[in-house]
Amino acid sequence: MTRLRARMAAAALLLLSAWAEATVLKATLISPQDDTRLERARAERAYLGHPTGPAANGLAVALQEGQFELEAAGSSVALSNTEVATLEGARAAAIAAEKAGAAVLLTDLPEAWTLAVVDAVKLPVLNLGNAADSLRQQDCRARLFHLPASERMRADALAQTLVSRKWSKVLMLTGPSAADVQRAATAQASLRRYGLQLVVAKPFKLSGDPRERALANPVLLTGGQIYDVVWVVDSDGEFARLLPYGTALPRPVVGDAGLVALGWHAQFERFGAPQVARRFARAHKRPMTAHDWSAWVAGKLLVTLATTQPKGPVAAWGQALAKTTVDGSKGTTLSLRPWDGQLRQPMLLTDGQGVVAQAPIEGLLHPRNVLDTLGVDEPEKLCKVAR
Amino acid sequence: MNSRFRTLACRSLFLAALALGGPPALAQGTVYVSSEKDDSLTLIDLNTLAVKGTIATCKRARHVQLTPDRKLLVACTDSNAADLIDLASGKSLRRVPLGNEPEAFDISPDGKTLYVSNEDEGVASFVDFASGKVTRTVKVGAEPEGVKLSADGGTLYVTSEVASLVHVIDTASGKLLKNIKAGKRPRRMAFNAGGTELWVTNELDASVSIIDTARHEVVGTIKFEVRGARAEDITPVGIQMSRDGKRAFVALGRANHVAFVDVASRKVTNLVLVGKRAWNVALDKAEARLFVVNGLSDDITVVDVATAKAVKSIPVGRVPYGLVVVE
Repeated sequence: MTRLRARMAAAALLLLSAWAEATVLKATLISPQDDTRLERARAERAYLGHPTGPAANGLAVALQEGQFELEAAGSSVALSNTEVATLEGARAAAIAAEKAGAAVLLTDLPEAWTLAVVDAVKLPVLNLGNAADSLRQQDCRARLFHLPASERMRADALAQTLVSRKWSKVLMLTGPSAADVQRAATAQASLRRYGLQLVVAKPFKLSGDPRERALANPVLLTGGQIYDVVWVVDSDGEFARLLPYGTALPRPVVGDAGLVALGWHAQFERFGAPQVARRFARAHKRPMTAHDWSAWVAGKLLVTLATTQPKGPVAAWGQALAKTTVDGSKGTTLSLRPWDGQLRQPMLLTDGQGVVAQAPIEGLLHPRNVLDTLGVDEPEKLCKVAR
Repeated sequence: MNSRFRTLACRSLFLAALALGGPPALAQGTVYVSSEKDDSLTLIDLNTLAVKGTIATCKRARHVQLTPDRKLLVACTDSNAADLIDLASGKSLRRVPLGNEPEAFDISPDGKTLYVSNEDEGVASFVDFASGKVTRTVKVGAEPEGVKLSADGGTLYVTSEVASLVHVIDTASGKLLKNIKAGKRPRRMAFNAGGTELWVTNELDASVSIIDTARHEVVGTIKFEVRGARAEDITPVGIQMSRDGKRAFVALGRANHVAFVDVASRKVTNLVLVGKRAWNVALDKAEARLFVVNGLSDDITVVDVATAKAVKSIPVGRVPYGLVVVE
């Protein structure tokens, strides 16, 4: 039944695009082939903040729900998907998509690959899955827009929540990967911004070796200190998952387990979010994650772009995109920051079961937009390109 | 659990009976407030402005409205149905199926047909009130919300939150006549006195779109501003017009205010501070008092219309949604 409906919708889409050739928005999604993030065992563990399915899923939901709006405006979106195995492959796919008439590219790629795509074409590029601050800061590009919250936004959201709880003494545990070291530095910047105290920062290692127990045993790692919370930075997820209820002192764990700051959680109850999460779950048989939300918002942006139909050259699409606002079912209209192309958005604090809190926390003030208390604000920007 | 609810309902009935039997006062009547999280209506005495009881309802009670024969119909999203409640007894007479995930509805002037927004399926359903059978569904944009019928019952207006459209549907044929682009996330609607204008609140646009009902075009927009609140925190939802059509009352959501709007000049004349996330509004018969449902402070605010001041806040159920004043 649903498959039939989907097929009918697809047929309708085809018909529609043939009929309204002049107002078709062509877009291409470039994602990794054999995505290691989505290997079955990893996806099944569903670590908080990790993707559990392809970005194409969220896009499909957005385009399906935008169907009515598109029809009413006499326009359509033609989305194609390309999977690439290498950086060179990503670059080639971008060039091919531009030649084939794409007006917008979407990527769910590592940093270097993302930059290769942006630099190979003259099109606006939407980053759907990469949270690296470098892409928003020193490596920013004028045509590169970011829909997922950056690592800094996630860290700021968590730091604000600790402020609201008056949990000010933080013990930080950091994993061994380069990403962990980078993300720990980001987390510490957030602690400084919000006046929280870093009691001690320690590295941890996943190991059963008794000779390494000082690095691997949660009780030893968290003993001998006084702290309010343990902030664990673990991009992999396995160590963090077993840390809550395993600390020497009975203190909450935050960061990559325990309480986690995310752009979305399927149990969010407000602002029409349950309807979105339900549509997603019905279509793709899994709960909607923050990664899916970013892709869904990208799809909504495409629908808005297609219905407003900016006239003129490709550059016009980029300019229109920069000014487009979007309803992300998080209670407020979301816009793109002019200084780094990042989508402003409220963050959800979750323990994996429900949404415990939201950031920005209530009462926090900002001279212009309180959402800019999350992530790199204009005066701190390292992004030098003009938009 | 069930029996506890029943006792509660019995107790409230008893209290209601007491109130009815009391000495006549200035304003005889009741405000019925639905709340999403405790599956009940809270009853507030218009005279004392105190809670006088509750009535258990179907699950996740949302839109409430009086039927032409003065019964209360309350739509429940999680029960896929509405409860038809007899005002005198405070009892549910029957449960009317409303299709999947009903949010809001309107009733035909003859009381025979219900028009329902089914938010998950993205359809507007026509429901035969007597049999509870869905006689027609009309595909609309995703997450349909507000439902408003023209006075003659001939034209149905439905908002789609996702598509930011107001759909115009011919009730006789079920044909979709037009899609009117409103502001972001259009929610609720109200007609002016002659029915020549339809006012639509846009939750994520801090505005009301005014639609000319003859041409079916947006002919004006009222933007709301509240000192100390940013545009993105002004999220209008509930709207009601005075009977003479000279004034509109708009709840501004997270801005925690209600706006009084002069309809002729389309200007805001007063802003009244109320509770958290002002959601839906209703006037009493004399139009002396405005009742405002506050979704995030679990209370309603009573606003004196003449002085444009909040005079009382009354705690009600958890996450209150809609209300009806019965006099």
